Amino acid sequence: MSEMKKIKNLKDFSTSADRFEGANLLCPGCAHSIIVREVLNATNDDLVLSASTGCLEVCTAVYPYTSWDASWIHIGFENGSTAVAGAEAMYNALKTKGRLKQPDRNPKFVSFAGDGASYDIGFQWISGCMERGHNMMHVVLDNEVYANTGGQRSSSTPIGSSTTTAPAGRISYGEKKNKKDMVSIMASHGIPYAAQVAPNKWKDMVKKIQHGMAVEGPVFINAVSPCTTEWKFDPKDTMHITDLATDSLVFPLYEIIDGHELNITYRPKNVIPVEEYMAAQGRFKHLFKDEYKYLIKEWQDRVDEKWAQLNRREEARV
Amino acid sequence: MAFDKMELKDIEVWDGNFAAAQALRQCQIDVVAAYPITPSTPIVEGYGKFKADNYVEGEFVMVESEHAAMSGCIGAAAAGGRVATATSSQGFALMVETLYQASGMRLPIVLNVVNRALAAPLNVNGDHSDMYLGRDSGWIQLDAYCPQDAYDLNFIAFKVSEDHDVRLPCMVHQDGFMTSHTAQGVHTLSDDVAYSFVGDFKPMNDMLDFEHPVTHGVQTEEDWHFEHKARQHNDLMTKVMPKIQAAFDSFEKLSGRKYNIVESYDMSDADVCVVCMGTSVETAREVATEMRAKGIKAGVVGIRVIRPFPFFEIGEALKDVKAIATLDRSSPNGAPGMLFNEMAGALFNTDTKAMLSGYVYGLGGRDLTKAHLVSLYTELQANVDAGKVTTQLQQFIGVRGPKLAFL
Repeated sequence: MSEMKKIKNLKDFSTSADRFEGANLLCPGCAHSIIVREVLNATNDDLVLSASTGCLEVCTAVYPYTSWDASWIHIGFENGSTAVAGAEAMYNALKTKGRLKQPDRNPKFVSFAGDGASYDIGFQWISGCMERGHNMMHVVLDNEVYANTGGQRSSSTPIGSSTTTAPAGRISYGEKKNKKDMVSIMASHGIPYAAQVAPNKWKDMVKKIQHGMAVEGPVFINAVSPCTTEWKFDPKDTMHITDLATDSLVFPLYEIIDGHELNITYRPKNVIPVEEYMAAQGRFKHLFKDEYKYLIKEWQDRVDEKWAQLNRREEARV
Repeated sequence: MAFDKMELKDIEVWDGNFAAAQALRQCQIDVVAAYPITPSTPIVEGYGKFKADNYVEGEFVMVESEHAAMSGCIGAAAAGGRVATATSSQGFALMVETLYQASGMRLPIVLNVVNRALAAPLNVNGDHSDMYLGRDSGWIQLDAYCPQDAYDLNFIAFKVSEDHDVRLPCMVHQDGFMTSHTAQGVHTLSDDVAYSFVGDFKPMNDMLDFEHPVTHGVQTEEDWHFEHKARQHNDLMTKVMPKIQAAFDSFEKLSGRKYNIVESYDMSDADVCVVCMGTSVETAREVATEMRAKGIKAGVVGIRVIRPFPFFEIGEALKDVKAIATLDRSSPNGAPGMLFNEMAGALFNTDTKAMLSGYVYGLGGRDLTKAHLVSLYTELQANVDAGKVTTQLQQFIGVRGPKLAFL
């Protein structure tokens, strides 16, 4: 196993071994690029990367340019995880056969995909990769919407969010279904490591990514990725919105080891009301009408219940 | 742990599936990512058993769908090594998205397609619907008529597909059940001879070369997409056929078995001929011989290379014949039929005076009988005698109910 990279401080972290170029077409304020750099900068090892079709892919590999200074592949919307799994299988084959060009390296295999490409259309492919035990990491850039195609709902879109295919209107408050609990589903495959991360909590992120890269077998990471365009906030506020997401416990940070050992990795000193998180984003604006205020109350209850459940699981080690 | 070699008899009794699995074993594939489907399943099962018995050293990844099978093959091929899989019918249809991605990304992958009908209605038997579905996908397509061909053409497929001037994936087709499950004598190559024919895999733009990072599968819009597609078509049109011919030539030197881009039988003086693919070629050859005993100068043209389409070779094979029947084993669903259209295209603008008529047969595994072909050749001779096509241009043969004919 390769040596774990030591990171002194944020400056060191944000500048070392950068293999994702700032020259890309992502929106100003997009959290995707921040998350990708945090994942990549967590290691000095060689990388074999994929991106499923989506914002990250169309903004970073437009011929004749590439933003990737590492091996990278895109095939389609649903199969980025399997692309990396195939490459990992080839690595194992060539290792067995003694045909690796650089046999002393310890490459890490990482697939990036949005929530649409992970929770919806790519669900089966990711489940297959997790079940088969490939030594790879799948990272979801979870912005809770099909952002690349203009803001349609996915199964990660939360209740009450206004999207272009579940819009708020005269008789609708927008999305009616609750977000799929993808981390639990993936952890239930019995994989060695599953975790939820957020780009504002970079130390927590590095720890989890490094842990994920060190274990043998498939790893699932769900990263909250606030979307300035579809969540409707000012591009300068990305980190502020992320702080609200983690500190309101809408996106609790935790990990699940071997499918059962749950650890909460961040406990906000001051838990802020969910209402504050929602009020900061245009996608929930319509919920602040009197007739929909009960939904905000329901949101708070749901977040409280989820947090209590996580705490019970942590205590019970199940 | 090094893998074991297998001692083969000079002639083994294999069905088409096992012949293909043996060829894959001898080529020592680095990654097989696959999913089972009738009638190609025994290829994957056979390969899995070779792996279990230490006859192959590569990775064998049983994925959760055919789409994932080809997706995994694409990732593995981009990583830089020898890759193959097998499928049929619905599985092939599920793969179609990734077939275009594999060829557009210029990745050498060999796909054994055991031809089977497409639902609905659901049917597990052999016809050419899946093979036809692949014909615009940018792959090379080779057609086997029997288990021997299925064995031999796999070696040709790797040789051509992995050539750095080509770098295009290749399908090897065989007829479901008629070839895949029918055991025949297959002349074998020894493991060493077979492997040395295909040679070691030579990587290019491989993702596992960390000194030279590469980006695979980029986005191109109206600015560059056309140029990429045009380059791929150009290579299919100009580079592939000479490589296939060269591979056929060197394979003949090695094995004594001669393959041709277009297979012509009794065509030198033929007045009438059928153009067909798969197991029907052998049936037609037998009937043509019998027709000659009756005084009808009958011949057969088999398509060996479906894509790239052998435009000039077909024109040459058919230049002196007077009446041609195309045999399409896939419902044209509102058109004359793929072979009819391709023959018409290849013969138009030539000096031919030949009459062309099309026949649709054998859907869902319905037998093509010798009696069908006798009456077909008889109709062609009647066309020759009358100096015009005496039937409708498109006829269905072997289907129950009132005679179906169109155009």
